Amino acid sequence: MATTRRDFLHHTGRLLVLTASAAGAWEALVAGRPETAETYRTAAHWWGMAIDIGKCIGCGNCVRACKEENDVPREPLYFRTWVERYHVAPDDLEHPIVDSPDGGYDGFPEKYKANDGSKNFFVPKLCSHCTASPCVQVCPVGATFDSPDGVVLVDKTYCLGCRYCVQACPYGCRFIDPRTRTVDKCSLCYHRITKGLTTACCETCPTGARQLGDLKNPTDPIHAFLRDHQVHVLKPQMATHPKVYYNGLDGSVR
Amino acid sequence: MSRFLKNKEHLGRMAGLFALGITAFFVARHLLVPPQFGLFGHYRPGALADNMASPVQYAGRVVCEDCHADVVEARKGGKHARIGCEACHGPLAAHAASPGDVVPKRPGGRESCLHCHLFNVARPKTFPQVRVPEHSDAGPCLACHKAHAPVISSLTQ
Repeated sequence: MATTRRDFLHHTGRLLVLTASAAGAWEALVAGRPETAETYRTAAHWWGMAIDIGKCIGCGNCVRACKEENDVPREPLYFRTWVERYHVAPDDLEHPIVDSPDGGYDGFPEKYKANDGSKNFFVPKLCSHCTASPCVQVCPVGATFDSPDGVVLVDKTYCLGCRYCVQACPYGCRFIDPRTRTVDKCSLCYHRITKGLTTACCETCPTGARQLGDLKNPTDPIHAFLRDHQVHVLKPQMATHPKVYYNGLDGSVR
Repeated sequence: MSRFLKNKEHLGRMAGLFALGITAFFVARHLLVPPQFGLFGHYRPGALADNMASPVQYAGRVVCEDCHADVVEARKGGKHARIGCEACHGPLAAHAASPGDVVPKRPGGRESCLHCHLFNVARPKTFPQVRVPEHSDAGPCLACHKAHAPVISSLTQ
């Protein structure tokens, strides 16, 4: 029996539809569901931080809270966030004297005299959660990555401990955890911000010098902060597009 | 053509080796690369859930204020009203989860006050700071100051 044109078109059409739907189903089966929290949509957020240097009193609360919250190794001293003290002659921005005794964990023992003509201030440091992160670019196994909500995270089960990212970070924000021999860094308290809490450092900052901000939320106060202040980021010449914005950042700060 | 046929066995062996190598590569790749790798980017999407799973240590002041309404009232209008409770009292998520079992330590003495208020030239000029020997004897700060709304209580008695 010869195949009629009608039958031929009928069979071909059916074959096309079936294979397409089978391929679609197979794709979905292989991909699985993205493992994210049910009430939190990564696509709805874009996290950053605003830091007001004029408000930082160098109390070290952020450093201590970060260690408690994120189980950062106490000894030897590694930090996800730390505070630096700058001592600058006002006419010599090129040669600041910077110290950070134990990251500011126990405060800053008095070292400089008042009214000696120098400029003294504290600068809190943490991962800038860059939009174009060099650390993410160099990771050979995809163990460090930009999350869809703009946080640079580490997959500890995947990290080889090769230290490329430690060298790549222009801000010195990464270290190898001696217990796991994998890299560790500020996660912007990802386990907290995805539950609607602020970071441990912002929670415990007594003066509000640090403010977590969701740049995708139009009502977040970070927009007013960025609009009303002369803000700057660290090392803009590195083209890393950081999302930690400093108000009152002195030219001597590296 | 005859030259090609003469080397037939030789070429076959090579083709077999190649096929074996390619198969081994795909098997290894299938076993080593997690199934969802690359869904959002060059990483394992499950790593997001891993990062979310860390335990929370600092409950946040909203949780504290649920129970401690008296302290909210005491702090109202004071200079310390906007400071998170756990800035001085330490991480208390465990206390918030079972208030009877985990009793927080009360910050006493001077250490927790001096973290912020000890004189340091790098602190902003307008921030209240003390040089301890000039300020008082070695007594605890709370003998004169109220921590939740810092006014000098002994002077108003």
